[in-house]
Amino acid sequence: MITIITNRDLEAKNSKRPDGRAYNEIRPLKIEAGVLERADGSAYLEFGDNKVLAAVYGPREFHIRRFLKPNMAVLRCRYNMAPFSVEDRKRPGPDRRSLEISKLTSEALAPAVFLEKFPRSSIDIFIEVLQAEGGTRCAGITAASVALADAGIPMRDMVVACAAGKANDQVIMDLSEWEDKEGQADVPVAIMPRTGEITLLQMDGQLTKDEFEQALDLAKEGCMKISEEQKKAIKNRYGGD
Amino acid sequence: MQPIVPEITRESVTNLINKGERADGRKLDQYREISLETGVIKKAEGSARVKIGNTQIMIGVKTQIGEPFPDTPNVGVFMTNSELLPMAAPNFEPGPPDERSVELSRVTDRGIREGKIIDLEKMAIIPGKKVWMIFIDMHILDYDGNLLDAAALGAMAALMNAKFPTATVKDDEVVIDHEKLQPLPLNEKAVMCTLAKIGNELVVDPSLEEEGIMGARISIGIRSDGAICSMQKGGERPFEKEEILKAIDIAQEKTKELFKFLPKA
Amino acid sequence: MILVEDKDIVVPGEVLAEGEYFAGRGTFKDETKVCSALVGLVAIRDNKISVLPLQSKYIPKRGDVVIGKITEVRFSMWNVDINSPYSGILPASDVFGREKRDMNKAFDVGDILFMRVVDVDEVKKVKLGLKGRGLGKFRGGILVEITPTKVPRLIGKKGSMINMIKDHTKCEVVVGQNGLVWVKGSPDMERIVEKVIKTIEAEAHTSGLTDRVRDMLNQLLGKEEDSQEEEQFKEELIQ
Repeated sequence: MITIITNRDLEAKNSKRPDGRAYNEIRPLKIEAGVLERADGSAYLEFGDNKVLAAVYGPREFHIRRFLKPNMAVLRCRYNMAPFSVEDRKRPGPDRRSLEISKLTSEALAPAVFLEKFPRSSIDIFIEVLQAEGGTRCAGITAASVALADAGIPMRDMVVACAAGKANDQVIMDLSEWEDKEGQADVPVAIMPRTGEITLLQMDGQLTKDEFEQALDLAKEGCMKISEEQKKAIKNRYGGD
Repeated sequence: MQPIVPEITRESVTNLINKGERADGRKLDQYREISLETGVIKKAEGSARVKIGNTQIMIGVKTQIGEPFPDTPNVGVFMTNSELLPMAAPNFEPGPPDERSVELSRVTDRGIREGKIIDLEKMAIIPGKKVWMIFIDMHILDYDGNLLDAAALGAMAALMNAKFPTATVKDDEVVIDHEKLQPLPLNEKAVMCTLAKIGNELVVDPSLEEEGIMGARISIGIRSDGAICSMQKGGERPFEKEEILKAIDIAQEKTKELFKFLPKA
Repeated sequence: MILVEDKDIVVPGEVLAEGEYFAGRGTFKDETKVCSALVGLVAIRDNKISVLPLQSKYIPKRGDVVIGKITEVRFSMWNVDINSPYSGILPASDVFGREKRDMNKAFDVGDILFMRVVDVDEVKKVKLGLKGRGLGKFRGGILVEITPTKVPRLIGKKGSMINMIKDHTKCEVVVGQNGLVWVKGSPDMERIVEKVIKTIEAEAHTSGLTDRVRDMLNQLLGKEEDSQEEEQFKEELIQ
C-alpha cells in the first residue's frame, strides 16, 4: 500500500478560485512564433503552466495515394503529450484521448484554411504538449493557428480556442487543471474571431441551458483576448521595425 | 527515407574539409553554439532543454515506484526513451520508435549505465519488492545534426537537475513524502563527443549537411574522470584503427568543454 | 474606407478595407470587406489592395525557370525535386532523340539542373524542359536556398542587386524562381555570396538594403584581400 503526502489538494480546496482569478480572467499567456529551424512554421505557447509547441509542414507532397484529394490539400493533425508533461508519467505513443483531440483539432482548423489552393498535397500539423495544466487541447489549437500563419499558409482567419465551465457553482472562463478535474462542467470552444463562427465545441458535466449559454459566451470572450496575443506573436516575429 | 544530398554540395563540402575549413566557417574540431537550460518542466522531477546549433532536445526525468528486475532485486531501475518527433524534420514520420530512435535511446542509456553514473543501489525501497524507477524521456524537437552529443549532454543535465520525493517504510507500507525532495544519487558525470569522417578528415559535431555526406561517424562517451564509458560507430563506410585512436584523443579534449555546460553540482 | 497603410504587416483574417475595393493577391472578399489571407505586407495600388507574403512555398507556373534536383531515374523520365509541394518530371525526349537512352549517363540522382517549367496541369502535375539558353546540368559550385518570395528582391530592379553581387565577387550566380540559387567562383567568394544572399533574405522587407549590401560586400572583400595578403606575407617569411 502506498500513502502519499502532499499539500497540493489542500491549497486548491480552500480558495474561491484557487489562483485568485476573477470569473472572467484568463491565465497568464505568452506566445512566440517561428521557434523551430526545420519546420515550415512553428509556435511556442505558455498558458498558465501549460507549455505547448506546435509545428507545421506544408503544403507538401503527399505520398499516400488513397488519402490524396485531387482538388484540395489534406489537413493532418497529430496531438501528442510528452511522457514528462504530466504528474504520473504518460507512456509514449498515441492513446485514445490523443487520437480524439487530433481529430478535433484538425476539424477546428480546417474551416479557416484555403485548402482548395493546394490540390494533391498535405498540410501537417504537429502539437506537442511539453507540460500540461488543464486546457491543452485549446492551447494546442491556438498554437497551431500561429504555426500555420508562420508557415505562410493562406487562411480566412486565425482560429483561437478557450474553454469555459463551471466550478464551485460559478460559471468561469479558462479552467485550470484543478477546476477541470474537480469542477462541474467543462466547455472547450474554438472560433474564427472575425466572424465568431464556432469550429470546435465540446461539453462535459452538468449545466442548465442558461449556464451553457453563459459558458459559451465566456469562452468566446476568452478567445477574443487570446486572439490579440496570437496576432502580436506573428507581428513581433517580423520586427515591428 | 534519407533526403538526397546534391552531388555539387557533397563535392564542395568535402573539398572545403580537405582544406581544413567547414561550410559554416567552423574549425574541424569546433562545436556549434551550445545552450543548456535546466528545470524547464516543473511537472517533471528533472528536466533540461539542450541546443547544439539548431538541434534541440527537451529531456524530462520522471521517477515512479515500481518493482525491481528479478535478477537485481536490491537495485533501482532506469530506462531511457527517445522520440524523434515528426516536427523535428520533414522526413520524420509519426509512429513507434524506428531504428534511429532506438539507437539514440540505447547509446544514451549505455553511457549512463556503463559509466555507473546513477548509484542505483541507493534507489531501493523495500528490497526485492519496491524500488524507485527513473525514466529519462528525450523529445527531439528540431533536428539539425548530431543528436547523440545533444542527447547525452541534455540527459546528464536533466539527471543532475532532478529532485524526487523521499520514500520511507513504515510498518511494511511505503510512505512517499512529496514535501521532502532529494537529488538523485549520482556518482559521476558523462557526456558524448561525435566525430564524422568526411574526405580525409575527422570533424567534430557534424552539421545536418555534413551528416548527409559523411562516410562514417564515431561517438565516444567520456566520464569526468576521463574514463571512456561507451562508444558507437555509425555509417556505412569503415574506419582505420589510427582514426579511432585519434578520435578518442580529440573526444577527451572536447568533452572537457562540454562538461562546463552542466549545472554546478 | 481603407483601414491599413501601405507596407503594414498584417495577419490572416485582418480586415484591410471596407467598401468598393478590389481584392488583390493574398486577400479575399467577405461581403464588403477585403481581408488578408496571409502574413505579409500590405500593397495598395489605387483601388486594389494586395498582401505580399513574407513566407511562401513555390507553386510552379508555366514559363518559370527553376533549379531542381534529380531524385529518381525512371525508364523514360527523371523525377525532379523543385523545392515545391509539387515535384516535376523531365521527359527523356528532352535529352534523347530516337537513339538508345542511357538515362543514368545523362543525369543521375543528386544532379542539379537549371530547367524551364513547360507545363502545369489542373491538378498541378509539372512538366519540365531543358530547351533554352543556359539550361542544363550545373557542375561544381554551391547551392543556396531562400524563401521563393524573396527572389525578386535578390534579383533587384532590372537585375541591379544580383549584378552588383556578381561584379564584386566575380562569381557566376543563377537564380531559380523556386528559391534555389547556384553560385560558382572561388570557394571563399562562394561563401561570401552565400552570406550576402542570406542577409538579403532576412532583410528583404526593409529599406536601404541595396546600400547595406554594397557596404557588406566591400567589407567582406576587404577582409578577403587582407587575409590573402597575410597568407602571402607568411609564405614570404617562411621562404
